[in-house]
Amino acid sequence: MSSVSSHPQSLKRHGISRRQLYENLFLVCGFMATLIGILMMLALVASLAHDGIARIAPDFFANFPSRHSEKAGILAAWVGSLLVILVTALTSIPIGIAAAVYLEEYAGQNWLTEIIEINVANLAGVPSIIYGLLALGLFVYQFGFGNSILTAGLTLALLILPIIIVATREAIRSIPSSLRDAAYAMGATRWRMIADHLLPYSSPGILTGVIIGLSRAIGETAPLITIGALTFIAFLPPAPVQTEFPFISFAWLGSPFTVMPIQMFNWVSRPDPAFQQNAAAAGLVLLLMTLAMNGFAIALRYRLRKSLVW
Amino acid sequence: MSLPSNFARRRHRQKIQEWVIENLLFIAGSLSVLITFAILWVLIYESVQFFSTVSIIEFLTGTEWTPLFANPHYGILPLLSGTFVSTLVALIVAIPLGLTAAIYLSEFAPSGLRETVKPCLELLSGVPTVVYGYFALLIVTPALQKTIPDLPGFNLLSAGIVIGIMIVPYISSVSEDALRSVPQTLRDGSLALGASRFETALKVVFPAAFSGVAAGVVLGLSRAVGETMVVAIAAGLQPNLTLDPREPAATITAYIVQVALGDLPHGSLQYQTIFAAGLALVTLTLVFNLAAHMLRRRYRERY
Repeated sequence: MSSVSSHPQSLKRHGISRRQLYENLFLVCGFMATLIGILMMLALVASLAHDGIARIAPDFFANFPSRHSEKAGILAAWVGSLLVILVTALTSIPIGIAAAVYLEEYAGQNWLTEIIEINVANLAGVPSIIYGLLALGLFVYQFGFGNSILTAGLTLALLILPIIIVATREAIRSIPSSLRDAAYAMGATRWRMIADHLLPYSSPGILTGVIIGLSRAIGETAPLITIGALTFIAFLPPAPVQTEFPFISFAWLGSPFTVMPIQMFNWVSRPDPAFQQNAAAAGLVLLLMTLAMNGFAIALRYRLRKSLVW
Repeated sequence: MSLPSNFARRRHRQKIQEWVIENLLFIAGSLSVLITFAILWVLIYESVQFFSTVSIIEFLTGTEWTPLFANPHYGILPLLSGTFVSTLVALIVAIPLGLTAAIYLSEFAPSGLRETVKPCLELLSGVPTVVYGYFALLIVTPALQKTIPDLPGFNLLSAGIVIGIMIVPYISSVSEDALRSVPQTLRDGSLALGASRFETALKVVFPAAFSGVAAGVVLGLSRAVGETMVVAIAAGLQPNLTLDPREPAATITAYIVQVALGDLPHGSLQYQTIFAAGLALVTLTLVFNLAAHMLRRRYRERY
């Protein structure tokens, strides 16, 4: 304080330079904090690639799990993931879009609509493992579906429903009302307006939400462990397409299953480093799959924002 | 003559079609409410049976959680302490990082950088949690063991740190939205009075956006509490009443995973414990989510 009164001029300059210094320090910290996400991503990919790339070979995708780490593969896991996601997509996409269309185009401003809206927001915040408990109590035991592909697909469908609903609503909301008015003016009914104009125009936005939701479903582990997914599966579910009449079989819906993240979890939890290599390889495949899906969805949305001018 | 009657018939068919479609859409819309009720019903139904055997007092105050042992104890405090410690570590990591990134992105970053970084943060939130678990157990823990020599292979610290990094995108994106919605006039006023950009960001914009920023933090907190795979892989599955992040411990979510990995008979008391634990978890996250919802609504209505 004493130096302040004796050299007012230099103090003032000192004060300004210190404030400048704080600002510059913050700029550096802020830049680094912002980059930490990207660094983390690079670290994840690099560590998985470093540990697991040696295991990535055609055999790895074509072999069942095994007690011998070098013979173990992810055949059952990726086929299981594929079939589970198929069920998830077939159920969550139509229901999610229908719910969003109802909320945006039909629902009036009343207490029921408000309850539904608060509900969707709340469901998005429920921990994923709780959906596993719901499925265990409801699908596995109440409905008697057992720990099957059907149960798993429906569980993940419930989990990603809020994501699809929110994305679809945003896509529909961004469509100008002049388009609706034009369709009505030509004598279209409400549903014809929605099916012929609203949904086609909002489809890129809906697609983005659907892809992000499905990529989340592919990576989910906890709810599927809760419903009792097996960790060691050395057979494939019955094929959906068959050579004999009626050519399509639904037996696979009731089959026990494993999925990629559960296979990885199983390998991670083993103390043997050789299996941890397998885990890294499975993780690499899983990570690249979800990153590719998310990246595609984000790029799609980016292009959409640039190209769409109403 | 046939034209009007054809027209009327078509009108009639259309009306029926519209009515059917509207009701189908309504059913889809109300399914979300049904899901919520189903979750509550399943959890409460099984928990009621659990609490008819185990007193609720023992559940809430007992210091031992050993439902799978010969002499079972059902005190949830060890699971709560594990959840609390891992969440606390996560917040200590995530709050400074997330808020610094949010302030930087909203107040300082050139728009080009912002447009590049935001999608990357979004990508990060799409990474499967089991991959984060691998990272915590096999990369972060060995790295920590170099600085803390007697750190066990399973510990809450590395799980907490990784969860913290995981929730940074949630905190920073919600906070950044809140910061950016502060009107430009507030910034201009502060700058005109001679404050630096940093002082303006910290003392004017940040307080003005506080409730929105708090909503982001609470959302991150609720993610951290519900996070399962990272703790199940990296923190060990032993219930342990401790506040020391260096120790191994189980969280509520990790316990549910552990039980589900085994083969418990449907309807047994052990089977019911995971629903009682789930009910505790849902109650916790519901409180946080509602708090975040209310905080968000407040900052939206302010200007």
